Amino acid sequence: MKTPVESMLLVLVASFFGSIGAGFLKAGAAKLHGGFRYLFLNFKLALGVVFFMGSSVLYVMGIKHGQLSVLYPLVSLSYIWALVWARVFFDEKFTSRKLAGLCLILLGILFVGLGNQ
Amino acid sequence: MSSAADSAAVEARRVAARRKGIGLVVICTALGAAGQILIKMGADRLVHATLWSTLLGFITIPPLFAGYCLYALMTVLFIFALKDGELSILYPIISLTYVWVAGLSFWFFHDTLNWAKLAGIVIIVTGVAVLGKDAHK
Repeated sequence: MKTPVESMLLVLVASFFGSIGAGFLKAGAAKLHGGFRYLFLNFKLALGVVFFMGSSVLYVMGIKHGQLSVLYPLVSLSYIWALVWARVFFDEKFTSRKLAGLCLILLGILFVGLGNQ
Repeated sequence: MSSAADSAAVEARRVAARRKGIGLVVICTALGAAGQILIKMGADRLVHATLWSTLLGFITIPPLFAGYCLYALMTVLFIFALKDGELSILYPIISLTYVWVAGLSFWFFHDTLNWAKLAGIVIIVTGVAVLGKDAHK
């Protein structure tokens, strides 16, 4: 079975949207120190949720056709984008521990995808 | 000002906050996995996976609706975890979802658990453990 290029693109965009969503949620979450009511009427959180939903819709469409051994690792690229946002926007450090953990996770997801054929 | 006892108390609070964030995300992954199983059940009922039929399906297909409700709950918990936690640590922990999904699929859909999946599960859990371990110790 071959994986359609459209499926790969859908899943790739989904992974990108997911990481952007997580970034906005992180930015919005900082305001919650003001109290629970800041969960609502919070522009950044709303944007984060919109990106998350967009990501899920594209993900559902994307994994309908094709090989999961190809598509799962593409989805997990999301964690790499998020690491970049974390570094650029939230001054979180790239540490060897984080990179090691992330590499293990990506490898593990590749295996799970292979096992799902 | 800061005695050893004070800094120990600060350290204890920091560790507790960190554990709370990671614990919340682990709960998120369990909810996300349950959501994914429901979404899978619902997606199988989608005739065409076009944008509009998928969007309409969220309302008309109960397992899809329930699955996305769990996603919503997961998102709220994730926001609370992010409040005090690092994005670069908490976001990759979401990958534990794959572990629960493999387990739940085995249970509900009688999916096979082959060596590749088991190896993947062990590697993911190891990766999460590496991320979750406190780097400041």
